[in-house]
This record gives sequence, C-alpha cells and structure tokens, in this order.
Amino acid sequence: MTVETTAEPSRRDFLYIATATVGAVGAAAAAWPLINQMNPDASVLALSSAEVDLKPIAVGQIVTVKWRGKPVFIFHRTKRDIDEARAVKLADLIDPQADEARVKKGKDEWLVLVGVCTHLGCIPLGHQGQYDGWFCPCHGSLYDTSGRVRRGPAPLNLEVPPYEFSSDTSVKIG
Amino acid sequence: MQHGEPTFQLKNRTLRWVERRLPIFGLIHSSFVAYPTPRNLNYWWTFGGILSFMLVVQIVTGIVLAMHFTPTVDGAFNSVEHIMRDVNYGWLLRYIHANGGSMFFLAAYIHMARGLYYGSHKEPRELLWILGVVIFLLMMATAFMGYVLPWGQMSFWAATVITNLFSAIPIFGNAITQWLWGGYAVDQPLLQRFYSLHYVLPFAIAFVVVLHVWALHVVGQNNPDGIDVKTDKDTVAFTPYASMKDSFALVCFLILTAWFVFYAPNYLGHPDNYIPANPLQTPPHIVPEWYFLPYYAILRAIPNKLLGVVVLFGSIAVLFIVPWLDTSKVRSARYRPLYRWFFWLLVVSVIGLGYLGSKPPEGIYVAAARILTIYYFAHFFVVLPLLGFIETPRPLPSSISEAVLKKKGGAPVTAGGVAAPEGRG
Repeated sequence: MTVETTAEPSRRDFLYIATATVGAVGAAAAAWPLINQMNPDASVLALSSAEVDLKPIAVGQIVTVKWRGKPVFIFHRTKRDIDEARAVKLADLIDPQADEARVKKGKDEWLVLVGVCTHLGCIPLGHQGQYDGWFCPCHGSLYDTSGRVRRGPAPLNLEVPPYEFSSDTSVKIG
Repeated sequence: MQHGEPTFQLKNRTLRWVERRLPIFGLIHSSFVAYPTPRNLNYWWTFGGILSFMLVVQIVTGIVLAMHFTPTVDGAFNSVEHIMRDVNYGWLLRYIHANGGSMFFLAAYIHMARGLYYGSHKEPRELLWILGVVIFLLMMATAFMGYVLPWGQMSFWAATVITNLFSAIPIFGNAITQWLWGGYAVDQPLLQRFYSLHYVLPFAIAFVVVLHVWALHVVGQNNPDGIDVKTDKDTVAFTPYASMKDSFALVCFLILTAWFVFYAPNYLGHPDNYIPANPLQTPPHIVPEWYFLPYYAILRAIPNKLLGVVVLFGSIAVLFIVPWLDTSKVRSARYRPLYRWFFWLLVVSVIGLGYLGSKPPEGIYVAAARILTIYYFAHFFVVLPLLGFIETPRPLPSSISEAVLKKKGGAPVTAGGVAAPEGRG
C-alpha cells in the first residue's frame, strides 16, 4: 500500500468529514431523549409544594414534614436559640451566612430547613451536638440553631427551601 | 484460539457438518482442551474459573428472582418477604443470590491479589489487567444497585449516600444527582431504574469477561515464576490438568458458599435492611456491605467532601495504571525479596481499612484510617515505582520446567508426562 500525501485536501476528504459530522450530530440528537428521560418527570415536578399549619408546633419543638420526597424541618425556636445563632461571628463559620438571612423578617422564631445533610444526604438528628442544632449520624457533621454547619465534613449550611407565610399560622413550602 | 490444532477431528457426521460451517467445536477444543497452560500453576490460578461460575450463578438466580420481585417503593420490600416465605425455594434462591454476591467479591479480591503478587499486570498483559479492572467497576455498580432493590433501611440510605457522592462535583453536582434520582430525593424513579440496570449490567460484565478471556488466550497465562513459556516442556494441556484443578478448587469454594447459604445466610448482611425504607429517618450507624468497607473508610478519612469523593474514586482508578507504576522487570514476587513484603503490607492495610470502615467515624478510627489511606496510595505511587530501581531481584530460573523440576528434585520428564506439579502460593 502506498501512502498518498496531497497538499490540498481533496473533495473526498471534505465528504468524509461532512459525513462524520452529520453522523455525530445525529447520534447526539438520538442520545438526548435517552439521557433526558431520567430527569425529574412532569408528575414529580407537579408535586412541588406543601402547606403546613404552624399552630400545633410548640416553642422549642422541631417538626418534620415531607416536601418533594425530602424531609423539611420546621423549628419553632426559643429566644435562647435565636440569640445563640446571632451571637456567632460570621468569620468563624464554614459557610458564612447571617441568621437573619435564613429566616423571614419578623418571623425570627420560625426556622425552615431542608433536613438533608449537605455532605452525603443523611438526615441529621435534632437538638443534638454541642451547638444545640443538629448532628448527622452518618459522618458526624454538626449544625447550629440556625442550621449552619459548624463542623465538617459537610461543606454547606442546611438549605433553606423557598417558602412563604400564607397566613400568620401557616407556611407554604415550595 | 491461535493455538488451534490442525489435527482436531470430529467422528460424528452431523457435528462435522456443523463444524465446516461454524468451527465452534474446534474453538472450544483449542481454547479449553488442548490449550497449553504453564505447568507450574498453583491454586491461586483457579479463581478465574470460580469467578466465571459465580457470574453464571448470579445471572441464573437473578433471572428467577426477577420473576417474583416488584420494583416499586410500596411493593419491593414485601415482594422480597414474599420470595422468602411463599415462593417455592424462594429462600434458597435469594440466599444464594445475596451470599453469591459476597463470594463473587471474595473470589475477585483473591484473583486481583494473585495478579499483583505474581506480576500478572505487567507487559504484555496490561490490557488484560485493565479489562479486569473494568469488570471490577461493573461488579461494584451491579452489587450496589442490587443491594438497593430490597428497599430496606440500608438499601435506601446506601442509595442516598452513594448517589450524593455525585453532588460533590462542582457546578453540575446537583443537576447530576437529580438526573440520577429522577426527582428531588431517592424514590420510585431511582428504584425502578436501578432494577433495570441491575438486570442488564451482568450481561455487560459477561461481555467484558469474554474480552478478558480472549486477551488472556492471546498473551497466555502468567505463572508463579513469572517467566515466559519457552518450550512445550513448560506447559501441560488445559484438559485434564487445569480443568480438573479448577473443578476441585471450585467444589471447595462452593462448600464455603454453601456454609454461608445454609448456616449463616444473614451473617454478611445487615439487620437494618429487614426494616422497610423510611425516607424520614436515617439509621444511627450506616455501613456498606463488607466488600465496600475499605473504600468507605477512605471516604470518611478525608474531612473535605469533594476531596473525599475524589480520593475514593482515585483509590480504584489507580488500579488502571498499576502496569506502568510498577517499574520492576521481574514479574513474580517470588524473585522480588522486597516487593513481597510490601505486597503483604498492602493486603494488611486494605483489610485494616475494611475493619475501620465498619467502625464509627470518630477519634482513633479516623486517625488510623488516614494512616492506612496514605499507605494505600504510597504503595502505588511511591513504593511500586521506586522498588524497580532499588530492589535486587533473585536470579530467575531459565525455564518453567527447570524451576518445577529443581523444586521436585526429580529427573527431567517429557511434557505432560506427569500430573501438573503443585507450586506453593
């Protein structure tokens, strides 16, 4: 077999490249539905809000409700819990965020959190650990009374889900 | 395959008719009957056959279990109990499948350790080794997905923790985990897709096993002396020598498997998996199956989430490049006085990590896991490359037959004249 070297790309080279390009685009287009079918479907997206009545939740109590298949903690904080969360210097935090930014204005006693550890998704246990917040039994992360991570391996604070007070005594999560 | 015997003849006319059109009997004969195997192979070489057998056992028991299993969050747990209590021999099939997975991993770890000890990953067997690592990765994925299917507490939280590993990926992490879940948490879509993938992946494994065996038959088997086959005197025919030895080892291995299945069927499992999955409560102490414990210990030894995940995957990925990290030209540890010590140190550190993985992630356990993790990586990235330069290997025998006969102290014999001599492992 002889090796041909031509300075100019030939018409045949162009056809090969054009064919391969169309083939690659076609393969990607065919693969996309196969990949995208695994994303959350319409029925999952439709179930994305939950209404919670706050009246039965006593001061100091943490209630867990289910939203989008995940636990959501609703913590009715005491004055002490709030003061403790606000006394901390932001510079000391792993993921610095003020407590005020994690609650609704004028509703400082209500802390609403997605109850999923930001490390690997376990559910932290409430009223535990030296920061009086949550302790994750899987890998030992600690959270404070604002749900902020105080000891790793979790990298981030417990997530605050989108929610609003639909009345003084109930919230709509999602 | 390339060792096809031109003298292979079939007596039966029908078979001859088939053979002329599809030479399958000749292929079987040249691959598994006449195929020359090094005459010094010891019992550590029987685990390839054991693994092939276990793969078939897992596929067969899995297919029949799938006839009774319900892949829904409401039905999965109960259908497993239904298999245990109502289905004829369901308890037996499930216990074989569950313990079979463990025994599969046991055999795979021995098989891999054998390769590392005798240098089976070295030139010209690098690709053979890499295909083995691919099989190992597929096995891990398959075993993990299978463990999720009974939808007990351990199933659910194993699925949660492992899928959350992907959330450590910067920027795309959350999108990828939601894509894996098909939702915002581990739920029905995940169970159903894991069921689908757990069914199909073993066939992908079987396909890569075919490539693995094909590559093996191209380059030939390594052997305990790690030297090349030079003449016919160095080999014996696969049948009966290797096939009988493999069969005997398989029977011994199956006795151990049967002991677990009949006398300690839940010993290797975790009692929490007999509690139905509860998405709102994490068990106080979650651990993976024993065969993942070393990796779990490595994950927990690292205090940073992203780094922990990277190191976890790195601990397996490093196996892919072992053929190039090991700079020694001598294959077998028999002739490597230093390497054999480091090999056993690696074995001890992996077993040690496994022990630490089963302990709570606090205090001395984490500190010890960090030391062993460092040794694990140092073995591959420091010890293996340096030993090739530092170590003075012992003199290699000039041929396999010489090595065998010197040990036995016998007179030279013609090839295949005696039963396959046993070497010590």
